[in-house]
Amino acid sequence: MNNSFLHRFSTHGILILGTIFMSAPVWIAFMSSTHSADTLFREGLQYWFGGNFFETYYEVLFVEGGVMKKVTALEMLGNSMILGLGFAIGKVVISMSAAYAIVYFRFRLATPLFWVIFLTLLLPLEVRIVPSYEVVAGLGLLNTHTGLIVPLIASATGTFFFRQYFKSVPEELLEAARLDNAGPMRFLIDVLVPLSKTMIAAIMIIMFVVGWNQYLWPLMMTTEENSYTIVIGIKQIYQVLSEGGELPQFQKAFALTILAVLPPVVVVLVFQSWFVKGLVESEK
Amino acid sequence: MSTLTLSGINKRYDNGAHAVRGVDMDISDGELIVFVGPSGCGKSTLLRMVAGLEAITEGEMKIDGTRINEISPADRDVAMVFQNYALYPHMSVFRNMAYGLSNRGMAKSDIEAKVRETARMLRIEDYLERKPAQLSGGQRQRVAMGRAIVRSPKLFLFDEPLSNLDAKLRVQMRIEIKRLQRELGVTSIYVTHDQTEAMTLADRLAVINEGKVEQMGSPMDLYSDPKTLFVASFIGSPHINLLPARFENGELQVGATTMPGFEALPEGVPLMLGVRPEHIAQHPEGAFEISVDLVEQLGADSLIYGAVSGFNGDEPHELCVRAGEASQREPGELLKLNFETDRAMVFRQDSGERLV
Ligand SMILES: Nc1ncnc2c1ncn2[C@@H]1O[C@H](COP(=O)(O)OP(=O)(O)OP(=O)(O)O)[C@@H](O)[C@H]1O
Ligand SMILES: [Mg+2]
Repeated sequence: MNNSFLHRFSTHGILILGTIFMSAPVWIAFMSSTHSADTLFREGLQYWFGGNFFETYYEVLFVEGGVMKKVTALEMLGNSMILGLGFAIGKVVISMSAAYAIVYFRFRLATPLFWVIFLTLLLPLEVRIVPSYEVVAGLGLLNTHTGLIVPLIASATGTFFFRQYFKSVPEELLEAARLDNAGPMRFLIDVLVPLSKTMIAAIMIIMFVVGWNQYLWPLMMTTEENSYTIVIGIKQIYQVLSEGGELPQFQKAFALTILAVLPPVVVVLVFQSWFVKGLVESEK
Repeated sequence: MSTLTLSGINKRYDNGAHAVRGVDMDISDGELIVFVGPSGCGKSTLLRMVAGLEAITEGEMKIDGTRINEISPADRDVAMVFQNYALYPHMSVFRNMAYGLSNRGMAKSDIEAKVRETARMLRIEDYLERKPAQLSGGQRQRVAMGRAIVRSPKLFLFDEPLSNLDAKLRVQMRIEIKRLQRELGVTSIYVTHDQTEAMTLADRLAVINEGKVEQMGSPMDLYSDPKTLFVASFIGSPHINLLPARFENGELQVGATTMPGFEALPEGVPLMLGVRPEHIAQHPEGAFEISVDLVEQLGADSLIYGAVSGFNGDEPHELCVRAGEASQREPGELLKLNFETDRAMVFRQDSGERLV
């Protein structure tokens, strides 16, 4: 009795400590964002609500010059959304088509080709960033959404997941579809895509978060404020804030951070059940 | 309403496996042909070549006299029922059945009518909105049949469609398949390795062994007049009794016993005597003697198993005798038996060729 109480107490204690440890920075950032620049400057980080919530967030989100010189946080969120969605959709489409070709069209080089694709895991963007930049700049795509997204969407991991999944789909389904007069496109759209629904959802969610959090590539790619993503905004705001000898507007930096975290959190929370289903179950 | 002709069909897989070797066959309109043979003999391969799912390495295949070797599976107008049913898991039963029709551009109202009619015939109308996962094995089997029937194809192809069902359902579905096939009159090929299924379904049956058709004919033909040792031992349940024999000095020696009534057999080659269990009679002065090991009561009759005396230990000499209801035997009893000489068969052991 006593023993099990102690046991429960200690396990819960550890878990609670862990939770506090993980969420404290977010809490502090959020609390600090609701105070005035004045308070922050005088008293440092804040641990409870202040009175400036609406003011700060309104200014950051909607007022031109409120946070950057020209661009508002809302516009940066928009850019991030485009990057996140483009990244996720692009990756799913590309890796699904690659896996489809590799698994279902038994051309001679399919297997070696798959391993070549797999090897690109060893060449993440960070390694090939200079040549990638050269190419994108050469095509005149700096500061465009296309230039931001396209170089990122080839995905060895995605291809690998889809390949494994397609291999587990019984071959007879393809044969039945062939007898049912369904060509390759038909089979992909009518059979494979619906079957991989949960898988697609799971990969999309992961990829959306990864895309949203892209840092290095957008940092190099975007030189104009108009194409900043929110993550880049956070980095740049400190420069903007410390310019001009005024009181640094730290509450805005905190607000921007909180805004940057929200969309991925919402996506993960809303699609959580799908996400788990996609990774754990296979519907057959 | 179609005929199918295979001439000189061969299949070599990329890995070198020679799965089908020189198959010739003429299947007439409305016939139900069963391919039967042991696992790995090439039945599925042959069927899949007819469906167009597997390329034909050599030979020619014709439906209604038209060469189909190069024609795509969809355009051959054949329908197949797979062992695992291969239903589209995300589509309702209705859509599963309608898919092939809508892909062929049939009008919506026609599809609706056709699917409902077929569903009624198979008694699955109540499940049309369900997904395959919400059906029992037997119901799924019906849906798979429905998907084939609804297209009114030239040929039905079945690849062991009943092997995932339990024994009772299997018998029931077997009868139903036979009935449907009769009713619809569609030329069909049915693959199985279960010889009972083969015997009961087939108009004609083709026994396949190592990629070759050993013999083709009506079930009774194959049962009473097998051309090879393989066919004799494959067809029939319980199996035919096989006893090693030799032909010496103009007489057939079976173990220690001499069997009269055989002439002009090759001397000095190992032979095999084959006798069906129902062609053995109990007789007080019988030439063979067995000691009873086991009696299986089947109700109408019983099967008596025992070892024949007069053989040395390493030769096969187990016998099975089909006996009437009245015959109550106990293990350990000695029984004297006579073989019906005119129904007995003699094979060469080396080539399997039937001599008598
Ligand atoms: N895709 C393939 N590639 C290479 N060899 C194959 C392939 N499919 C089948 N084989 C070989 O061809 C032979 C015949 O196979 P098949 O599937 O036709 O046998 P089967 O008679 O249907 O057997 P079962 O009763 O077990 O289904 C086997 O020896 C098998 O190993
Ligand atoms: Mg098979």
